[in-house]
Amino acid sequence: MAILVNESTRVVVQGITGDAGSFHTKQMLEYGTKVVAGVTPGRSGETFEGKVPIFDTVRDAVQGTKANVACVFVPPAFAADAILEAAAADVPLVVAITEGIPTLDMVRVRAFLEGRDSRMVGPNCPGVISPAARCKIGIMPGHIHKPGHIGVVSRSGTLTYEAVWQLSELGIGQSTCIGIGGDPVGGLDFVDVLSLFNADPDTHGVILIGEIGGAAEERAAAWVQAHMKKPVAAFIAGRTAPPGKRMGHAGAIISGGKGTAADKIAALEKAGIRVAPTPAEMGATLASML
Amino acid sequence: MKIHEYQAKELFRAYGIPVPIGRPALSIEEAHRAVDEVAKESKKDVLVVKAQIHAGGRGKGGGVKVCKGAPAAHEAVGQVFGMQLVTKQTGPEGQKVRRLLVEEGLDIAREIYLAFVVDRDRRRLAIVASAEGGTEIEELARERPEAIVRESVDPALGLPAFQARNVAFGLGLRKKEALGAARLISSMYRLCTTEDCSLVEVNPLVVTKQGEVVALDGKINFDDNGDFRHPGWEALRDPDEEDPTEREAKAAGLSYVSLKGNIGCLVNGAGLAMSTMDIIKHCGGEPANFLDVGGGATGKAVTTAMSIILRDPDVKGIFVNIFGGIMKCDVIAEGVMAATRELGLKVPLVVRLQGTNVEKGRSMLAQSGLQIAPADSMLDGARKIVELVHRKGN
Repeated sequence: MAILVNESTRVVVQGITGDAGSFHTKQMLEYGTKVVAGVTPGRSGETFEGKVPIFDTVRDAVQGTKANVACVFVPPAFAADAILEAAAADVPLVVAITEGIPTLDMVRVRAFLEGRDSRMVGPNCPGVISPAARCKIGIMPGHIHKPGHIGVVSRSGTLTYEAVWQLSELGIGQSTCIGIGGDPVGGLDFVDVLSLFNADPDTHGVILIGEIGGAAEERAAAWVQAHMKKPVAAFIAGRTAPPGKRMGHAGAIISGGKGTAADKIAALEKAGIRVAPTPAEMGATLASML
Repeated sequence: MKIHEYQAKELFRAYGIPVPIGRPALSIEEAHRAVDEVAKESKKDVLVVKAQIHAGGRGKGGGVKVCKGAPAAHEAVGQVFGMQLVTKQTGPEGQKVRRLLVEEGLDIAREIYLAFVVDRDRRRLAIVASAEGGTEIEELARERPEAIVRESVDPALGLPAFQARNVAFGLGLRKKEALGAARLISSMYRLCTTEDCSLVEVNPLVVTKQGEVVALDGKINFDDNGDFRHPGWEALRDPDEEDPTEREAKAAGLSYVSLKGNIGCLVNGAGLAMSTMDIIKHCGGEPANFLDVGGGATGKAVTTAMSIILRDPDVKGIFVNIFGGIMKCDVIAEGVMAATRELGLKVPLVVRLQGTNVEKGRSMLAQSGLQIAPADSMLDGARKIVELVHRKGN
């Protein structure tokens, strides 16, 4: 079954005619994702690659194609608006890939999403993929994935690919892999995704990849201890990161002595989660728990 | 992005937040002039000379002098300007003081801590305040959380006046002082949201013996992601506070943070870049930098990145750790080879490639005739570079 995206997922790509949007839409189509619509205001009537109809608004796209997931490639200055547009059109899932959206824009977006049915993944993330359903929404390299029963949830892009690669090399496939993004304010967090994995009969274990900054890993640890029925392995990036410095991701910063890797690792281990000592051992750590 | 206290106070003034009478100075002559001007305008006997560096803890480090009379202030200017100011945030090497702020002294009745921060757990702006100003807020939060007043702001509503009053009265302020503080808090919310701040902190906010509420200090961090709509930020940058290599990397579209070690890291993706530093340390080495060439690393980005790493004279070896996803490993290998040739690389180079077309990429590196040590895994690569750097006697 996988979580969030599956065979019945129909994608509308916002910003489909931009550089990133068009490149990755082609990759998604090649992988097998049902991209049914694109949105670029002012370009309705055109088609992308001769097959995907383009609409002016998300509302039109949803009416015209029954799209049920929006994927946002819109540049940072307009990305928050694009997410709001998708949520206002009641698209159940919005996957925001864009990096560099101002934090206070995302604060407004989050407030708008409260009480609505739309869920958001990202921003500043690689997206979501369910290999068995051949459904890839985002920018991850599809071919490294293998259908199977391990869920992956991560704040980082390439570290997720590393974990997936390691799993696939060990012959362990994935149910769904989700990048929740590297920004301080985003959509679904570890706890949200863990609870989905916990309820998914197709997922038998989870790799959680966190990093310095914030307290999402600590919350995840507490939740796992109280509710999780499946093995969870973890890795935390940034043991050597200096305090007060933003390490690439806007959210990866130790501030006021809070959000250190050491605190997160301690919290995870206390909850019975095995933490890989190096990023080279994420797959093996999970395998040791199966 | 950080700015100086005097720049923060200029913004405070623009938003109607009371600040002491003061003048910034970028040279020692300007600073002496500032002393005379502030003394004249404020008619105060007590003047304060404050070093302007981005790091906190300036007072304890001797960068803030409270002076009785203009002659003493002139003397303080001579002491502070140009000094190497060491605080708990600067590291042992300290930061040279090149800018000063001269202000009137105030008759302080009470000191308060006030800040607007991004509350990541609640995904909102929060007001954090305490009646115990001048103290370390993190310490206070740990030891006596009940001494902290908090309000979470709904961005759809903005900050209603009652929430500002809740904070003011919650701090134990009364009458005119409380209303003055509430007005200030409302103005500060407007500043924080309009200017895309990730932090606005006033420590201390003071109530004077005359009942005025004044921002005695001021710290503002901007959210770097907002820079496209704030062209004015560029003028607020202080190049002396920035690492020149970090600045250059940023201009080249790379994310780079310089560290103290001697092993340069070239990685794609922030999470992988951080964990590459970690694994070097795990193997007994010290990373010289964090460097993310971007998830879809290109050959050209690799060359630029490598030349930036080599600006650091401490770098005695480089570890390239790339996961080739959509950007294939053979393309990355070509980029690494081109960079090695172009830069005439003298230090050991270990390259670990994984992902799409990895076999092709590795064999290209092996047959290149260049001094490139291939690695089978991340751990193998980290061990190799640590060993090579140590063997060279560094």
